[in-house]
Amino acid sequence: MSSKYNADENGNYGRFGGAWIPEMLQPNIDKLKEVYLDIINTDKFQKEYIQLLKDYVGRPSPLYYAKRLSEKYQTNVYLKREDLNHTGAHKINNTLGQILLAKEMGKKRIIAETGAGQHGVATATACALMGLDCVVYMGALDVVRQAPNVARMKMLGAEVIPAQSGNQTLKDATNEALRDWICNPEDTFYIIGSVVGPHPYPDMVARFQSVISQEIKEQFKEKTGSEYPDYVVACVGGGSNASGTFYHFLDDEQVKLVAVEASGLGVDSGETAATIALGDVGIIHGSKTFLMQDNDGQIVEPYSISAGLDYPGIGPQHAHLKDTDRAIFLDATDQEALDFALEITRLEGIIPAMESAHAFVALNKMKFKKDESVVITMSGRGDKDMSTYMDRFNLK
Amino acid sequence: MNRIKQLFQDKKDILSIYYTAGYPNLGDTVPILETLEKSGADLVEIGIPFSDPLADGPTIQHSGETALKNGMSLNVLFEQLAEVRSKVKMPLILMGYINTVHKYGIEAFAEKCNEVGVDGVILPDLPFQVYLDEYKDTFDKFGVSNIFLITPQTPDARIKLIDEKTNGFIYMVSSASVTGAKKGLSDEQLAYFDRVNQLNLDNPALIGFGIGDNASYKETCKFADGAIIGSAFVKLLGESGDLHQNIQSFIKSIKG
Repeated sequence: MSSKYNADENGNYGRFGGAWIPEMLQPNIDKLKEVYLDIINTDKFQKEYIQLLKDYVGRPSPLYYAKRLSEKYQTNVYLKREDLNHTGAHKINNTLGQILLAKEMGKKRIIAETGAGQHGVATATACALMGLDCVVYMGALDVVRQAPNVARMKMLGAEVIPAQSGNQTLKDATNEALRDWICNPEDTFYIIGSVVGPHPYPDMVARFQSVISQEIKEQFKEKTGSEYPDYVVACVGGGSNASGTFYHFLDDEQVKLVAVEASGLGVDSGETAATIALGDVGIIHGSKTFLMQDNDGQIVEPYSISAGLDYPGIGPQHAHLKDTDRAIFLDATDQEALDFALEITRLEGIIPAMESAHAFVALNKMKFKKDESVVITMSGRGDKDMSTYMDRFNLK
Repeated sequence: MNRIKQLFQDKKDILSIYYTAGYPNLGDTVPILETLEKSGADLVEIGIPFSDPLADGPTIQHSGETALKNGMSLNVLFEQLAEVRSKVKMPLILMGYINTVHKYGIEAFAEKCNEVGVDGVILPDLPFQVYLDEYKDTFDKFGVSNIFLITPQTPDARIKLIDEKTNGFIYMVSSASVTGAKKGLSDEQLAYFDRVNQLNLDNPALIGFGIGDNASYKETCKFADGAIIGSAFVKLLGESGDLHQNIQSFIKSIKG
């Protein structure tokens, strides 16, 4: 879909994006840029991809009218149930797309970065399905913190390599994955998990996640008879589920796009992941975007209770949506998100992922009218967050 | 004539040394430079440490982390280099990732380089096209050369364009790798060196990545105007013993 909100041919979204990479990565990126659209637009690719989304992931994911939540907030709340996907989140939409592309390009070995492990699990799953070698880089600290996901990846046959550099978290895992790719340009495909990194990754990942908004559009019309919801809402860390939620609404300006960042202990607390709220521009992992840095231009370690949202940058398209005022950016603290996690669970019987709970904070921060419709993407399920919930809600 | 051009006119088999500013101790930056010049290094690349050095292997990563902990930053580095031209004569290059420079401000950075006597900069993750479109005029205004990397995969046309639009030297990365990764020359590398030589570039070329002893230095000098040693030297800086004696014997051993 061509839109003034999508990337131009050089991967620029307004003043953001691009491919800020060392020459050693240039051939990999050039090759990918050259082939990705041609391959993913073929009938063969689309047929295989759509079939997998249907039979393996379980798509379409339901658009569910949340009656009790709607009553409480005096508006019409619909949940896009990405939590019901195989592997428990939206991440699988992207990894299946990229692995089919990797196969088509003749690659034998897959690498990925992961923070909490969700993208790592989704990648390891896709690799098991396709019979490809899988190496997942994960910050050494995260390996300890997310032991169940490490075990899942290993059970799926992936090799998990702890990133020992830097702060030993997601950004360091991403650096390690990029280094691996530099050293293995021929046989290896790097599956990035969010709409970040050098062009064409942000565009490619957005396309693979765009199935979310494509389905919302169809399902909303079928359910309500009206063409457009008034709002679509998603949480944003790197921003892949938000990109997917917004994609097919970008040019429908009557639909308001709402992204909720994680502000951790508060935007100005120093313990936050609210990149846009802090508003500093720089270059991270090959992309020009808003990021968190100190006065010397060193990347700052983000913090959020939700491991999937604590990335110190944000996808360049989101930076552009901020610049152009196309999207509304909100932020939610750990506590606000926790409160909603419990409320959604009690009102709707759905335990959300910690990430997804952030999106619902929009219900408190904005005033929605009684006749308006608000679609919120439930990006993942809360199974992986049970230890946090046990601690915070005294469930032991 | 600028110092880089002069050097390549006057000398062959250039030995360029990379090290990280502020490593092993914050105050070591300039003393290391002086010892390097005395010991016979021809050119120096001073690394600006960055939190996320994605083109570097473990040795340089570690030096950068230590330097940051020591308190190194661009501001501190420029303070340290303020009087450097009364101490060393050889060409000086700053090498770092674009984000620190972007944050400092491109114009302020170029101006400061000029002021303290830095001759060139290597910013590996600055895209060449962005450099041409947005940065080149600024660096030209302050007489600071930008040096770009090429690899065995870089097409001829791109190498020629880099040669045409820059005026320092060409940094030939010896193989597909991060810094410090490999040793010895393969047939593929020899073919690559040969290919670049046949392009008859205007700029001189230095070969870097994976060079760390007399044999590899001598070998690479056959195919270019000289060689760059980074990780092997940074590793040495972390070793025990007298820092300056270590440097002297290292350079001596490389030159043979």
